[in-house]
Amino acid sequence: MTILHVRGLIKRYGTVEVLHGIDLDVERGERIAILGASGSGKSTLLRCLNFMEMPTAGEIVLDDKAVGRRERDLIAVRQRVGMVFQQFNLFPHMTALGNVMEGLRTVRRWSAAEARARAEKELARVGLADKAQTYPAHLSGGQKQRVAIARALAMDPELLLFDEPTSALDPELVGEVLNVIRSLADEGRTMLLVTHELGFAYHVATRVIFLADGRIHEQGTPDEVLKHPRMERTRAFLASHRQFSF
Amino acid sequence: MYQWDFAPVFAHWPLLAQGLVNTLKVTALSLSCGLVLGLMLALLRLSPRRWLSWPAGFVIEVFRTTPPLVQLFWFFFALPLIVGVEMTPLLAAVVTFSIQSAAFFAEVFRAGIVSIERGQWEGALAIGMSHRQALRRIVLPQAVTRMIPAFLERAIELMKTTTLVATIAYADLLFAANDIAQKTFRPLETFTVVALIYFVVIFGFSLLARRLERRLAVGGEATVH
Repeated sequence: MTILHVRGLIKRYGTVEVLHGIDLDVERGERIAILGASGSGKSTLLRCLNFMEMPTAGEIVLDDKAVGRRERDLIAVRQRVGMVFQQFNLFPHMTALGNVMEGLRTVRRWSAAEARARAEKELARVGLADKAQTYPAHLSGGQKQRVAIARALAMDPELLLFDEPTSALDPELVGEVLNVIRSLADEGRTMLLVTHELGFAYHVATRVIFLADGRIHEQGTPDEVLKHPRMERTRAFLASHRQFSF
Repeated sequence: MYQWDFAPVFAHWPLLAQGLVNTLKVTALSLSCGLVLGLMLALLRLSPRRWLSWPAGFVIEVFRTTPPLVQLFWFFFALPLIVGVEMTPLLAAVVTFSIQSAAFFAEVFRAGIVSIERGQWEGALAIGMSHRQALRRIVLPQAVTRMIPAFLERAIELMKTTTLVATIAYADLLFAANDIAQKTFRPLETFTVVALIYFVVIFGFSLLARRLERRLAVGGEATVH
């Protein structure tokens, strides 16, 4: 079952066209890794899907309906499509628990008790039950990102977008975040992941998309794209990332 | 050698007390209205719609670039000629200083809101908040924390500026002083006492403000990103 159709997605900044008409269908339960050199448009593509960036042209179709541009439409999409950012974007004036509760309270209008119970459950899922009362300033990068994941999960998204979730982390903190994402994959959650962790993409993704110059250059199973790439540019990209191991 | 004699001045302490109360009243009312109005002006000013942002910018600039005394006279003497309604000195004072503070606060609010990183907006919008909810729950609380020093400084400035209301015969502290000086023929003592009262009140307030600022800075979580 298809959750999301993307049709002819174009994004321009002024006169510079970053995405040249992307077509993409996301099936329920798919885990799509989006790879590409910096500047290839992979983050922009992801950010267009929940309208953090406004697509210049093209359609994003959810439930057979093209998403409009009114705030009401955007809110409806964003409640179903969660996002985890490279820079976490936690709310510094709220505790970890407060961060996770916020969407439930403000957007879903849950009672404080309900929201708290749910938020505690999500924090426990990412292994941070003991940090509920801690402010982001006192959390490590890895912990911050896990809180951010819990915050997204609390909204029960049908689709999760990860925008380079480990790129801002010290190397020794990457593992704890990837483990959480892997556990979500094991639950069968649908996700799109922009990443430079090729090994992780190989093991966790069901499909890999290689983006170059704002176009889908090559896509297929992790085995096809990462081990037996057909296109020259994919090979060159992988060669420059040789440090990864399967 | 001048013979200091404060007794006649202190004999009129009820006048001084009433004057101080009136000064504080104008200050407090203008600050509260100014804050609310200032936030509204700031939001209008930040609007992408030019027919909203431009008039807001105009009001802000006009009130920041004209002398407070001119503004006060305009509202007290000139405006009634247009609208045909007499203004009491208190009303004229509160209206003037509210809008004037609002013009000032609008810029402080605007700077505060703009200083909040884009990522905070995105974090809020990504969980399905409306623009308004993101502003109220995420952006403003952080912006306000950063604004508190500017706000306190403005409160002090405003209390000093309110002495202008004496010119439209509102019985503030300075007006009372004038009154007492004429009754007692003791201007030296009277104005010394009044200066001291201003000093004590404003200095006390600024000490309080500094302590509050330090507490907020130590509170860390609220301000540190």
